[in-house]
Amino acid sequence: MFDIASIVVTFAIMLTLYRAIKGPTVYDRVLAANAIGTKAVVILVLIGFAYGRPHFLDLAVVYTLINFIATIAFLKYREMGRLD
Amino acid sequence: MIDILLLLIIVACAIFALFMKDLLSATIILGVYSFIMATIFTRLNAVDVAFTEASVGAGITSVLMIAALSRTKRYEYHYTKGQRKKPSALFSKIMSLVLVIVTGAVLVYGTLDMPEFGDPEAPTNQHVSPRYIEETHHDTGINNMVTAVLASYRGYDTLGETTVIFTAGTAVILLLRRKKKV
Repeated sequence: MFDIASIVVTFAIMLTLYRAIKGPTVYDRVLAANAIGTKAVVILVLIGFAYGRPHFLDLAVVYTLINFIATIAFLKYREMGRLD
Repeated sequence: MIDILLLLIIVACAIFALFMKDLLSATIILGVYSFIMATIFTRLNAVDVAFTEASVGAGITSVLMIAALSRTKRYEYHYTKGQRKKPSALFSKIMSLVLVIVTGAVLVYGTLDMPEFGDPEAPTNQHVSPRYIEETHHDTGINNMVTAVLASYRGYDTLGETTVIFTAGTAVILLLRRKKKV
């Protein structure tokens, strides 16, 4: 059950990866990368329940928090042209 | 099944990150690479490694690369056709290809006589691991073995690592700080 679900989510990652690779603009790539991060979190939760270790949920929460650091840095770079 | 799919995604990410002319896009795809890699580490039950990969690979490295890009150029240097067809350019290309192939072949050759994945008879599972598994709780009173090794058995080592990282962080902040207008 959890295995099937995680395989389906992996296929969703592949579809999103197509957008990340194909572009055409860099904003598409950022959005796709963010979506892939979210789906990775979902896979993490599914793996946790498949292994019978529900405390992976805590990890998943922290992953979600990490997910948008790169996005914020990117947006700041695009807006100001520099990071500092 | 899911491992194979995730590894395929990793390979696709790596290949397309190489072919990106826009370095910012390559950075973002490397972030995706790190996130999938962290998922694979979790599949292998290496939660600590996965956590480091996610925070360092997907978080800090992307930020540092974007910071570096903000100080340099965003696009790869575009060679003209004349430059590309020069004998010296061709020679360096072929040499680097040969170097990469030889290194890869040596690495693959090194893996040939390694024990099967997860083999309980493997030397790594015979020699040191049982001692840690049996004695860790008695020695240190810490439940998680990885934490015990990092923070107790190798405490001084971790202290040194932290010092190195602190120094590197200070250096990066000094390099990236905003210069005051005189």
